[in-house]
Amino acid sequence: MSPPLLSIAGLRARRRDRSAQPILRDVSLTLAAGEVHGILGESGAGKSTVAKAILGLVPRGIRITDGRILLDGRNLLALDSRSLRRILGAEAALIPQDPSTALNPGRRVGAQLTDGLRLWRGLSAAAADRRALALLEEVQIREPARVMWLYPHELSGGMRQRVLIAAAFALEPKLVIADEPTTALDVTVQKQILRLIRVMQTRHRTAVLFVTHALGVAAQICDTLSLLFMGKVMEQGPAADILLAPRHAYTRALLAANPRHDRPASSPEPIPEPVIAACKAEVAAADRADAEDG
Amino acid sequence: MLAAIVLRRSLMTIVTLFGVAIVVFLLLRVAPGDPIAMMISPGAGPDDVAALRARYGLDAPPLIQFWIWLHGILMGDFGTSISLRLDVLSLLAERLPATLELSGLALALGVFLGGAIAVIATLLRRSFVAGLIDAVNGLLLAVPDFVWALAFVLVLGVLIPVLPLSGRIDPALETTFVTRFYLVENLVSGRLALAGDILRHMAMPSLALALPLAAVIARILKEALAEAMQQDYVLLARVKGFSELRLVLGEALRNAVGPTLALTGVQFTFLIGGTVIVERIFSYPGIGNMAIDAVINRDLPLIQGLVLVFGLMFLVVNLVIDLAVVALNPKLRHG
Ligand SMILES: Nc1ncnc2c1ncn2[C@@H]1O[C@H](COP(=O)(O)OP(=O)(O)O)[C@@H](O)[C@H]1O
Ligand SMILES: [Mg+2]
Repeated sequence: MSPPLLSIAGLRARRRDRSAQPILRDVSLTLAAGEVHGILGESGAGKSTVAKAILGLVPRGIRITDGRILLDGRNLLALDSRSLRRILGAEAALIPQDPSTALNPGRRVGAQLTDGLRLWRGLSAAAADRRALALLEEVQIREPARVMWLYPHELSGGMRQRVLIAAAFALEPKLVIADEPTTALDVTVQKQILRLIRVMQTRHRTAVLFVTHALGVAAQICDTLSLLFMGKVMEQGPAADILLAPRHAYTRALLAANPRHDRPASSPEPIPEPVIAACKAEVAAADRADAEDG
Repeated sequence: MLAAIVLRRSLMTIVTLFGVAIVVFLLLRVAPGDPIAMMISPGAGPDDVAALRARYGLDAPPLIQFWIWLHGILMGDFGTSISLRLDVLSLLAERLPATLELSGLALALGVFLGGAIAVIATLLRRSFVAGLIDAVNGLLLAVPDFVWALAFVLVLGVLIPVLPLSGRIDPALETTFVTRFYLVENLVSGRLALAGDILRHMAMPSLALALPLAAVIARILKEALAEAMQQDYVLLARVKGFSELRLVLGEALRNAVGPTLALTGVQFTFLIGGTVIVERIFSYPGIGNMAIDAVINRDLPLIQGLVLVFGLMFLVVNLVIDLAVVALNPKLRHG
């Protein structure tokens, strides 16, 4: 078997303040080329921190204390910022959570679709425009030639997210990170966007790291899953296995709370307090074991 | 959209100027000081004074005086300067270009310096230099234009005399000009040596006028840039692998300029007001310098003409800034 495209090993992060509270606790995961890996967990579990760590965008309040992030064998955490910029600019992309703020309000859609192509692929303005047009068509935007000249505020939320998806796939990156890409959208638009990401991912054979708090969303799109709780991976494996035969109590509770997880729109029940308490105890025990090791 | 704003604002400008004219006229009539008293020779008797009063129309009731003046302005006649005995309109036409060139250069300098400080401060915001830039900018904010002017006179004019202290051009240079826009004319016609001399004369006064504006722009723009740099679209551009310089100039700046202009607009008009004292300090032959003489001599027709011209400059600057704010914001531009 070929080595994975992305391999995160033993990633640990803490708050930078006096509390030094752990935020990621020994997170490891691998992502093969062309695979969709879901990071599933409640708000605050550390999902975005994993995504940001890969992109070198960990906020200043958080410090990565340990671990490796290998993209095609290169440890991103050990690179200087210039090399990291070059590698990520050309090989990775982000589909953000909120399409209403992720496009520059002062730049035309076309300019925002083509700038990366011109910088990293050296395309001429005309060639980049042709590529952008094709991308807009691919994400099913009508009248792409007109949309190229619009400003973001002239697009609907769903259209903006389509533009952002087009932008993410523009350079044929090896890795696309999607951080809750449907959370800010209407329920009806959510499904279309989810399907679109899957279609684009399949067609371009792109690996996707898909961050979500919604079990139903993860169930629809992910090949493999990591369940994150308080920055600790509770369960990991093929999505089908986890959804059909969950091993960890947390996963079972999550599934029980989402009886209709094939329908992303159905609102989940809260996870029972005893399960949460048991998980917290497990995390605390792992922390103690670490402290004794180190 | 823009045309509608221009039209509406132009009408408002006319109304405002009319209001300014009334207020100035009334204020000057109640202010102490008699223009005739300033100009009569020691031996003149009451008859001479009365004759002079009649000659300048000062014997009529104020309302009639106002009407005559207003009517004249509408006909293009601003009256005759009492102290210089010359047509006010031609005096203004002679001096205004000098002030326009000076304040134009000062505006450009202020915008450029302020913008540069803000961009550099944003690029270096995490380094130890950031505090230093803030401190320097705090100093710039605290010092008014005329203090800079005096400091420049002392340092660059007297202590290390590298720049000419006064005037607009070296009188030893034999020249003739077609227009009164010396700088523009010489730049356009390619007489660069002359343009250089004119610029050297403008350097100190324009920098003195520009620094307070630069300081305000720097502070407000820096804040606007800091806010823009927090936005998701900058994060996404960072993921695209853009350099920090490109993030600031290519992504954040365009969204920060509009709000900055809206907040610093007043400062641009302060700069125009500043020409009065700064032109005086450098004996620069503009309308600001002339305004001080006009006030000293209680030269009512000239003061009135000057106030209208200054008022018009304020209003035009405000209009241009408002238009720029709209033009820079795509959401406003398209209505
Ligand atoms: N800028 C920051 N400084 C300090 N702590 C942060 C910062 N951002 C997030 N955190 C903390 O990191 C933890 C994980 O956050 P995050 O990765 O955003 O979670 P998720 O994406 O799963 O909702 C949370 O406890 C949060 O409070
Ligand atoms: Mg998050």
